[in-house]
Amino acid sequence: MGVFDIIGPVMVGPSSSHTAGAARLGKMARVILGESPTEATITLYGSFARTYLGHGTDRALVGGLLGFAPDDLRIKDSLKIATEEGLTFSFVISEQAADHPNTAEFSLQGASGNRIGVTGRSIGGGQIVITKIDSFKVEITGDYNALITIHEDKPGIIAEVSRVLSQENINIAQMKVARQFRGAEAMMVLETDHSISKQTLDTVKNIYGIRSAIVILPL
Amino acid sequence: MLEIKYIADLVIAADNAGKKISEIVWQWECEQSGVLAESIWEKMQARLETIKISAYTGKQQQGKTFNGLVGGDAYRMAQTDQLLGGTVTRAVTYALSVSEVNADMGKIVACPTAGSCGIVPGALLATAELLKSDNDVIIKGLFTAAGIGTVIAKNASVAGAIGGCQAECGSAAAMAAGAVVEMMGGTPRQVSQAVALTLKNLLGLVCDPVAGLVEVPCVKRNGFAAAHALVGAQMALAEIESVIPADEVIEAMNQIGLALPSSLKETSEAGLAKTSTALSITARILK
Ligand code: SF4
Repeated sequence: MGVFDIIGPVMVGPSSSHTAGAARLGKMARVILGESPTEATITLYGSFARTYLGHGTDRALVGGLLGFAPDDLRIKDSLKIATEEGLTFSFVISEQAADHPNTAEFSLQGASGNRIGVTGRSIGGGQIVITKIDSFKVEITGDYNALITIHEDKPGIIAEVSRVLSQENINIAQMKVARQFRGAEAMMVLETDHSISKQTLDTVKNIYGIRSAIVILPL
Repeated sequence: MLEIKYIADLVIAADNAGKKISEIVWQWECEQSGVLAESIWEKMQARLETIKISAYTGKQQQGKTFNGLVGGDAYRMAQTDQLLGGTVTRAVTYALSVSEVNADMGKIVACPTAGSCGIVPGALLATAELLKSDNDVIIKGLFTAAGIGTVIAKNASVAGAIGGCQAECGSAAAMAAGAVVEMMGGTPRQVSQAVALTLKNLLGLVCDPVAGLVEVPCVKRNGFAAAHALVGAQMALAEIESVIPADEVIEAMNQIGLALPSSLKETSEAGLAKTSTALSITARILK
């Protein structure tokens, strides 16, 4: 924690958890989709579900999906801007209890037809955690550079990815692997201290057994 | 490397180096972030610009915020200083303005939180006007405030959901009071006294926002707390001392926060949020 966590963040009001955090969740979902979304269904849980209108949580989530940062004044008008930019969205208000009071679940379709499900929570002070991508449990904060891979669940692949990173002098801060069941597809999330170049990403993509890989910049 | 865990650490480090607390905090940020001193200064300067815009808009803007609960009070406050005098009136006006901007989805600097974002700006900008001082003095004040806030966050909390409103508006007022003392030429010890006096008097403040929104009582409370901070600062400058030292007051706040029921910590399950007026507002706004 530093002085700019106390005198900051710079944000569009009214709430760091329900507005700034919501914008970051939307932005992160967009980055994970890897392109501009054209269709979004957003399910809200807990306190998000109860107070989203009054906090502008809906506008912040959609603003994030449009790529707006938490301090972007366009957030206030994001619902209108979304329609102009060809993003159709709908909100589902869930009565179900969530693991965390401020949870949002995105079901997204992108311009080139990509589909993805992203779930995340706003944990206070504008901080977020992405907890699920499709059916994979993950933990991504957006504070670090991250590499996400989907690969075959077999020996050697994880070692190969970390070898590529260490060759490039990229230090791994955190790593988490999740799989649906043994031998199926697995997802790995690596948070790193250094940024990952396009070239390194391509090398990772070419590793035998890697189905796809994306890089996420810190929010 | 500098260790800052307690308010006493700030005072000792400043006294030993013959510096101000703001300089110690600035240096500490350099050390722990590894970022150049000038870049840190510039970043704080940019935050001050955002703070100023949010503090000055409310004076002209008279409309209601989009939920219709608050708005126009900074404007009303600016129309009169018949009782409190210029500096306090301005502090309250700016604090209301920043909070109104926040409630209306405008751009603010959380300070330490969005709910309490008007208090430090209100007190510091009004003091700067009194002193006719330039931006550098206010930026230093922001570093002092940040140092105090960091200590509170480390040893207690600055989140209403964890500590109640004492943790948000109480902390912000303590940060503001300490910063104002330094801006006025007070000693590091007086800064710590201002923190102790100001925070002590907001202990126990609960968080019970109407309809769960950062509007009622938050916006007007920011105005009150800015004035409160100035009282604490003037007491400290007058050499009035708190019987309980700042770090013990912060620990007391932590204990009170733990003891508060969760119904009074941002869940809107008790207090003002459960009054009959609040319940009808809640029904109207949340469908
Ligand atoms: S009452 Fe609660 S929401 Fe309002 S400023 Fe205080 S802590 Fe924040």
